[in-house]
Amino acid sequence: MPKSELVENLDLDNYKYGFVDPESHVYRTKPGLDESIVREISRQKEEPDWMLKFRLKALRVYESKPMPTWGGDLSDLEATLKEIYFYVKPQEQTERSWEDVPDNIKNTFEKLGIPEAEQKALAGVGAQYESEMVYHSLKEEWASKGVIFDSIEDGLKNHPEIFKEHFGTIIPIADNKFSALNAAVWSGGSFVYVPKGVHLETPLQAYFRVNQERMGQFERTLIIVDEGARAHYIEGCTAPVYSTDSFHSGVIEIVVKKNARFRYTTIQNWSNNMYNLVTQRAVVQENATMEWLDGNLGSKLTMKYPSCYLMGRGAHGSIMSIAYAGSGQHQDTGGKVVHAAKNTTSSIISKSISKEDGRSSYRGLCKVLAGATGSRSNVECDALLINETSRTDTYPYIEVDEKCATVGHEATVSKVGDEQLFYLKNRGLSQEEAMALVVRGFLEPIAKELPLEYAVELNRLIELEMEGSVG
Amino acid sequence: MSNAPALEIQGLSAKVANEDTSILKDLDLVVEPGQIHAIMGPNGSGKSTLAKVLSGHPSYQVTSGEILYLGQSILDLEPDERALAGIFMAFQYPVEIPGVSIANFLRAALQARLGHGEELDLFDFQDQLLAAMELLEVEPSFAERPVNDGFSGGEKKRNEILQLAVLRPSLAIMDETDSGLDIDALQVVSKGVNSLHKQNPEMTILLITHYQRLLDYIKPDLVHVMVDGKIVRTGGPELALELEKQGYADWKISS
Repeated sequence: MPKSELVENLDLDNYKYGFVDPESHVYRTKPGLDESIVREISRQKEEPDWMLKFRLKALRVYESKPMPTWGGDLSDLEATLKEIYFYVKPQEQTERSWEDVPDNIKNTFEKLGIPEAEQKALAGVGAQYESEMVYHSLKEEWASKGVIFDSIEDGLKNHPEIFKEHFGTIIPIADNKFSALNAAVWSGGSFVYVPKGVHLETPLQAYFRVNQERMGQFERTLIIVDEGARAHYIEGCTAPVYSTDSFHSGVIEIVVKKNARFRYTTIQNWSNNMYNLVTQRAVVQENATMEWLDGNLGSKLTMKYPSCYLMGRGAHGSIMSIAYAGSGQHQDTGGKVVHAAKNTTSSIISKSISKEDGRSSYRGLCKVLAGATGSRSNVECDALLINETSRTDTYPYIEVDEKCATVGHEATVSKVGDEQLFYLKNRGLSQEEAMALVVRGFLEPIAKELPLEYAVELNRLIELEMEGSVG
Repeated sequence: MSNAPALEIQGLSAKVANEDTSILKDLDLVVEPGQIHAIMGPNGSGKSTLAKVLSGHPSYQVTSGEILYLGQSILDLEPDERALAGIFMAFQYPVEIPGVSIANFLRAALQARLGHGEELDLFDFQDQLLAAMELLEVEPSFAERPVNDGFSGGEKKRNEILQLAVLRPSLAIMDETDSGLDIDALQVVSKGVNSLHKQNPEMTILLITHYQRLLDYIKPDLVHVMVDGKIVRTGGPELALELEKQGYADWKISS
């Protein structure tokens, strides 16, 4: 009987392989965090004084805020934060050769069908490769249209006015403890500006950019989509991110101006020791559209709720998310929409899968402010449980201060049914193939929105995850 | 092995797992390759249980007896192994698989039949699928719909026969395929089955039905009457007509 190929000893829930970083750092801070470290980061980056002040203020806010007690279990985090290096000079992070990457990791990449160039980027190998050419021609196209796609550091250096105008305004320092932490120690991330009326056909892919500089633990991204512009930004990959770091806390700020349209797609698959606490928010102005397409796999705990603040009349926000909680993992994800103007519309579609003792929680807020007449919001969250021990919860918060508004919420929980499996097996599919097919079908409404290569990777990943899921 | 019956059931007893009462009781049946047999019987006689036991449904447990398929026992085979060996069941209640198109589903099912490293030829697949859809008188867009999701009863049954047409089993068990079909749909489905049998005369068909009317369209070689878990009488097509007239009442008493 033909059996689908599987990688021996591959357990994507459970990474045992951390890369051993040779102790060759030119510069990194001592473990833990205090004011001298924040000053040192700013000095290393040769930042203007206002940024140093911003960082120091953020540090005080971070220190004054208690650990959140809602959401996932953060009880071990305090200890983790004492041990981590808050800043490692980016160049040093990429010092690693392809030959040093363990074969089993290369095999995983191959199983996922990832091109070698991208594999190297994922493995943190700072090699020159073919996609440099692709990147180069795209860079020329972007430049000719006035599009800026840079590292956040270069954004600050080279475009100080527009940078300062928006930086830290969408997600203020004091928004939450981890946005404050990020504001104090941020390093790495993208700066994007799409000028008025420019329509970009090719998505801006962070992977083109980060091959020289790996995604940091405290990456910070600022994206400004000017009036009438259209663009799509893609970040991440379904392939596992191998890292010895155990903490990731990013901040993504986006402004979508009048009549503009923007989509932010991210799929991330963290190793299972990772706390992944990300704040991502878009301000959406008049008749503009913002779409978040968010996939969360891996990690020990992810807390992530992409948000749309619908500030202008007729603004639209859409949040589509997929969460996969394998054994020992908790995905606490969802979305937030705030209707602050008339005739604003929003939709949240959240799909989660829990396997073994994995736990997925949907946590969402839909807020309609007084005066936001004619606003409509619809929330749909669907959970799929693979095993008896899998868990899912739903925490929908709805605050409506406007009578003339429509808010809908729908939640479903389903299990992969025995009859479904029997039906598929009766057609010749193995238990694993049948399980993978049901899961893929469950994710289809969101997967079809993904760029093709990402959808293919996601499907392969699900197949691998479903190996041995039966029991 | 070439002389072995397509299906030979010997003294088969089976029950619902975790329950005590037997549903199939010492049942015997022999079906020669290429033949069409009908199994008729009243509700609760165990007809559908027989179909599920033949397919390896995990809710049922064989307590004694043997099932030989082309001379080989299949009792130890998983449902998917039986399917790959050529056994197909058209479900009485087809199951919904949301988000999975019929085309993708059938592609996966055909791919599962290929050996290690072999890839399904997508052009051949496309041709096969289109031909099957034409046979079942459904629009080509039918294949893009998610499997049974939101289908009418008739569409579900057509979909079962569409799968039969594409997967080309050597033993097709049709469990109450006529139930819930209006006369037009019944004709289409029957015509489909007949022409598949014509194309592939080696295909053995076991029709499980409560009513005689299906047998107006698909002519069986033999009709078996099943009552209380066993075959109580076997005869030609005329037996079905007799049943239609007399009902099952007498059989219940005599069994």
